[in-house]
Amino acid sequence: MVDRTLDTAADTFPKLVRANANRLGRKTAIREKDLGIWQSSSWKDYWEQARLIALGLASLGFARGDKTAIVGDNRPQLYWAVCATQALGGIPVPLYQDSIEKELAYIVDHAEARFAIVEDQEQVDKLLHLRAQCPKLEFIVYDDPRGLRAYSEPNLMSLEELIEQGRKFEQNHPGHVENEVAKGRADDTAIICYTSGTTGAPKGAMLSHSNLILTSLAGARADGLREDEEILSYLPMAWVGDHVFSYAQSILLGFPANCPESAATVLQDLKEIGPTYFFAPPRIWESILTNVMLRLEDCAWPKRKLVHFFLNLAQDMERRRLAGQPVPLLPRLLYPLGKALVYAPLRDNLGMRRVRRAYTAGEAIGPEIFVFFRALGINVKQLYGMTEASVFVTIQRDGDVRLDSVGTAVPGVEIKIAESGEVLFRSPGVFQGYYKNADATRATVQDGWLNSGDAGFLDASGHLKIIDRAKDLSRLAGGTMFPPKYIENKLKFSPFVKEAVCIGQGRPFVVALVNIDLAAVGNWAERRGIAYSSYTDLSQKPEVYGLIHEDVARVNRSLQEDAALRGAQIRRFLILHKELDPDDEEITRTRKVRRGYIAQKYAELIDALYSNRSHVQVEAKVTYEDGRTGTIRADVTIKDVG
Amino acid sequence: MTLPLLEVEGVSVRFGALTALTHVSLEIARGEIVAIIGPNGAGKTTLLNVISGFYHPYEGRILFDGRDRTNLRPPDVAELGVARTFQNVALFKGMSVLDNIMTGRLLKMRGSFLLDALWWGPAQRQELAHREAVERIIDFLEIQAIRKTRAGTLPYGLQKRVELARALAAEPQLLLLDEPMAGMNVEEKEDMCRFILDVNSEFGTTIALIEHDMGVVMDISHRVAVLDYGRKIADGTPDEVRKNQAVLDAYLGVSSEGASAAPSETSPRIAPAKPALERPGA
Repeated sequence: MVDRTLDTAADTFPKLVRANANRLGRKTAIREKDLGIWQSSSWKDYWEQARLIALGLASLGFARGDKTAIVGDNRPQLYWAVCATQALGGIPVPLYQDSIEKELAYIVDHAEARFAIVEDQEQVDKLLHLRAQCPKLEFIVYDDPRGLRAYSEPNLMSLEELIEQGRKFEQNHPGHVENEVAKGRADDTAIICYTSGTTGAPKGAMLSHSNLILTSLAGARADGLREDEEILSYLPMAWVGDHVFSYAQSILLGFPANCPESAATVLQDLKEIGPTYFFAPPRIWESILTNVMLRLEDCAWPKRKLVHFFLNLAQDMERRRLAGQPVPLLPRLLYPLGKALVYAPLRDNLGMRRVRRAYTAGEAIGPEIFVFFRALGINVKQLYGMTEASVFVTIQRDGDVRLDSVGTAVPGVEIKIAESGEVLFRSPGVFQGYYKNADATRATVQDGWLNSGDAGFLDASGHLKIIDRAKDLSRLAGGTMFPPKYIENKLKFSPFVKEAVCIGQGRPFVVALVNIDLAAVGNWAERRGIAYSSYTDLSQKPEVYGLIHEDVARVNRSLQEDAALRGAQIRRFLILHKELDPDDEEITRTRKVRRGYIAQKYAELIDALYSNRSHVQVEAKVTYEDGRTGTIRADVTIKDVG
Repeated sequence: MTLPLLEVEGVSVRFGALTALTHVSLEIARGEIVAIIGPNGAGKTTLLNVISGFYHPYEGRILFDGRDRTNLRPPDVAELGVARTFQNVALFKGMSVLDNIMTGRLLKMRGSFLLDALWWGPAQRQELAHREAVERIIDFLEIQAIRKTRAGTLPYGLQKRVELARALAAEPQLLLLDEPMAGMNVEEKEDMCRFILDVNSEFGTTIALIEHDMGVVMDISHRVAVLDYGRKIADGTPDEVRKNQAVLDAYLGVSSEGASAAPSETSPRIAPAKPALERPGA
């Protein structure tokens, strides 16, 4: 059980930093690669710099509750500015550094930031421009003076100048920062993180010191974080994850955060730092994987063959392990050889030799990517979190990692599933509310339970499975929960299924329209001597139906295991005679299925799926790449799933 | 009025019977960015070569910092604080970016063969100091990610940037850039413009550049000098030059509308279409 009360000597981040300065002294707190060399700052420096910046801010008339906009790449100075603002009882508001001026203007204005501490000229230019429309923004302070020496705008100064003013201020006001720090309380708002907001304007989630301290500690304990971790701070400071990993947990456990030299050097810096604790969203894992595969293509063939052989071996083993199946003896005997020849060197090359735990979160990770990194022996785990929950809701525990779950609740977090299937939770990390937006807060938190907006369920062993966004979730005629995307994703785990569309809302049972992957199925057919003339022809081969039937049955078996989804098994399916194509408006350019359009376009097929017929004649209009249109006629088979 | 950094006084250059420059005079003040423009074969690169000591003028004088430097050789000119980049990138293709930039520091290195070989004492301190200066330039030009990359493998736009870095490593007072944006795409040009302006404001470096992109020239230079057939036909602020009839004639051919046609704001931007500027036999 997590202790929900904090010692008043250590209930805010400035107090904790000051304690670290006393306790850990010269131990490295933060590093930055500057002029090609990793420059370290100790906890003593960390506190001293934060204190000086705070004094500088105080000399400008910083009052408790004032907000400081923080804009720039991850830099020690900006983390110190966060701490300095908190020390004076103010609230830092980190912003995405690549935001365009309009987005910055909205947030700076909404947050009523009086101060801005930014990285360089690029950000200063944006802020100077928007200061004209946001009269509340008074002072702009920058770290890197390059290109700014000729600027003569009022209330624009370098961090150096600010600190200089702070030193003078201290002579007349000794002990000012210490007094302000002492006034800090655990329930003070520690930060406002604006959520990007795919719909509507961004909302500012207010997190208190106690939210962040309790949740960061719970997350750290759940996964056994230690004082000697190393972390690469390369994700935007405006994102709550970076705040928790690079600021909160770094301070709470006393391990150093490492700021890369520039956005372009992250992969090199990763190799130099060799973090033990690493976080990346799925798209970064994906780009690392692509990078490896591309480089592999340039190797001489014996080397390439060798690497592929061992990678396949390890991935096969990992898939079995994740599925809870036994691993045969031969691969187990070969694994150490693969480790010496392939896995260990590759891990080292990626800068992940020392990674003890790595997280992926934000969205669902492709199983092949997840399996690839785990197969190399990198302990990648899924984490489920939200800004409004100070990140940690569930994580996968060592030895209990599965493909289809996001793990079990972090200590202190209670999870329940609402009638509607939406995941609700309650934890010490649940935020204070959205800044100046009580309506949105009321819509999100009821009686302390936070609506995640995701639909999911808990299985018998307490694993949370996220199946869809709650608003996409629907129900069958009988009232059974029907998560289309979840089932489609399961189908798409098969290499033979390129795309799938499940239908069932308001219907008696679930049916599926499947698109085969021409390359994979074509290859499979050739090896079996099955002749085919076209995509349409191949798609309707009885053998191919047999192949896809196995995949559908596999999905049904896995749905059978979850009581909530047992009724959503696929009863009938058909293989589409043409590929879903963005040119035909069936999927978007980013390959998201346009469900409504498909239901309309293939109404005939869907009706047939819900009838007794086993065949249906269709004509489909296709648009060729040059814009001409034509029709495909086909006799589509419908198959029952037994 | 302070002394100009560079004075070119009535310089003529001949190659056999061909006169490349005729009585060209040009003054460049400290801290200025001066663009030298003109059609192909107008003598722009020749002028740069004269300034950097690669050619010696047949008549006329060149004063640097008020002193006559007409007949110095390129290394001596470099000692004086003049660095340049070339129209066709001239990097050591097999060396890393870092080493390439380090060569820009050569003139500033003092040492003995033995100490350098042993990398001991003053030699070590010296190399560390030079490395730091080079790292500042790498940071300044934002090329950290390619520090250890072989120069020859880089895309063209980056090679140009590395060349600029090498020139900057010499800590020049006068930087000569021969077509710094040739062959670049719009984004690379914008970056390069920003770097040139930053170099000028951050280090106070005086810059003379040859450029064909009129948009760039008009945006970043304080002053523009125009050459045509080896003669200077105009010299003034971008606005003055933009309206100068002799310049319009040189670029467009003699205008049939005569001198009264006031050029529109956009007319100087005809220049980037290079073929329009080419002239046989120049």
